[in-house]
Amino acid sequence: MDWLNTIIRTFFDFGAMAEVLPQLLGVGLLNTLIISVAATVLGVVLGMVIAVMGISPSKWLRVPARIYTDLFRGLPAILTILLIGQGFARFSQSVFGPSPYPLGIIALSLIASAYIGEIFRAGILSVDKGQGEACRALGMSYAKSMALVVVPQGVRRVLPALVNQFIAIVKDSSLVYFLGLLVSERELFRVGQDAAVLSGNLSPLVMAGIFYLVITVPLTHLVNYFDNRFRTGRRRPAAPSSGLKEVKELDAASPLITGSNT
Amino acid sequence: MSVASNTTAPDIETFHGSSLELKNLTMAYGDIDVLRNVSLTVAPGTTTCIIGPSGSGKSTLLRGVNRLHEPKSGDVLLAGESALQVKPDTLRRRIGMVFQHFNLFPDHTALENVALALWSVKGMSKAQAMERARRRLAEVGLAERADHRPRDLSGGQQQRVAIARALAMEPEVMLFDEATSALDPELVKGVLNLMAGLGKRGMTMLVVTHEMGFARKVADQVVFMDEGEVVEAGTPADLFDNPRSERLQRFLSEVL
Repeated sequence: MDWLNTIIRTFFDFGAMAEVLPQLLGVGLLNTLIISVAATVLGVVLGMVIAVMGISPSKWLRVPARIYTDLFRGLPAILTILLIGQGFARFSQSVFGPSPYPLGIIALSLIASAYIGEIFRAGILSVDKGQGEACRALGMSYAKSMALVVVPQGVRRVLPALVNQFIAIVKDSSLVYFLGLLVSERELFRVGQDAAVLSGNLSPLVMAGIFYLVITVPLTHLVNYFDNRFRTGRRRPAAPSSGLKEVKELDAASPLITGSNT
Repeated sequence: MSVASNTTAPDIETFHGSSLELKNLTMAYGDIDVLRNVSLTVAPGTTTCIIGPSGSGKSTLLRGVNRLHEPKSGDVLLAGESALQVKPDTLRRRIGMVFQHFNLFPDHTALENVALALWSVKGMSKAQAMERARRRLAEVGLAERADHRPRDLSGGQQQRVAIARALAMEPEVMLFDEATSALDPELVKGVLNLMAGLGKRGMTMLVVTHEMGFARKVADQVVFMDEGEVVEAGTPADLFDNPRSERLQRFLSEVL
């Protein structure tokens, strides 16, 4: 049973786990959530701009959106984060101070916006063409019909995909550690890794992994739940009814309203 | 503005429909002309029904009138003025359109469906818009259903909401694109009666329909289209009782 002991000492050293727990909770979890939520919020805003540009009738908006999306979706996240985190370090220093934290968030949100833009675009395009036509036929401008009718419907449809994207961002947020964070800025992965160096085994990282799972697994199931609900609809089963009732109602209405005076 | 009541039958209002004239209208999808040199005059306050087999360009013609699809050549005159010289949004405020599949906004209630364009296009306050929307819904017999969403309404009710939505904008012309084709059979009559009522109250209407009974009874003018052209036009009696062209004779023998 030697190998079992080795496994337990390597991955499930409860002493080392307990030791890192306060830091994971107080520093790691907090920073992971701050980075992920901030990157998601920025990513959603940017993504919406990219999506609307991407479906625009104008080539001058469509092509840049396309290039942007191809670029940030096509590059490995770690490369983008390093290029932006180090490339703009001096600029960032003059705006945000010495911490690379804000740049990490920006890099993550740029990557996320490329994916979110595609999600929004697909959602908006999936809205029945008749919706936009009905708006235009009423005299609404393209911008108004998008803003008031088409985009809200498209967005509602892709909420599950957005939650999936948030899960991806939570995981990618670990890459920010490459930029060299201050002690108080470390996210889950970095906290776990630092503690693993001290404890000499991987248990703190396992603990960090558990934290990630605690965030991501419930969200995954939430997505499935929403997905099911959207697919089956919220409509409760109704008792059998008769279209003739409606006919009767109409007949009861003033004949001048319905025009049936003959 | 009179005080509206939601419960009793609303005052009967008359409309002031404008004239509509198509002059050598040609419309194309890509390189293919789907409508060729169509000319048509609709007098103010009259109803013109367009009949014809599928693919004959009936719907395209309607979409050319309010420029959902831009005509290739020719002209559309609304109240004697070219509709192609004004901004499409301005033009469409004066022309109501009702679609085969209703195209109601599913995340809006019936009331909000009618009110949306009133505040967002006409610039009414939301309270005013709701007030007018409520009255329009009452006119089509749906005061009680104002807070239902489209999916909780029958097809007939949805189409009546769509008609109320178009009427609320106070259009000078109404276009109906197979407004009853997607309805359950027992609900067709209610919508047709409503349309006939509009015609009687002075609305100018251009109606694409497969309901020959409606065309015969309500239309002032019937237009038979085939293969992108007007083949015959005249009074219902002309077309239904004395079809001259072989194509119309064949069409009628298939649908009657």
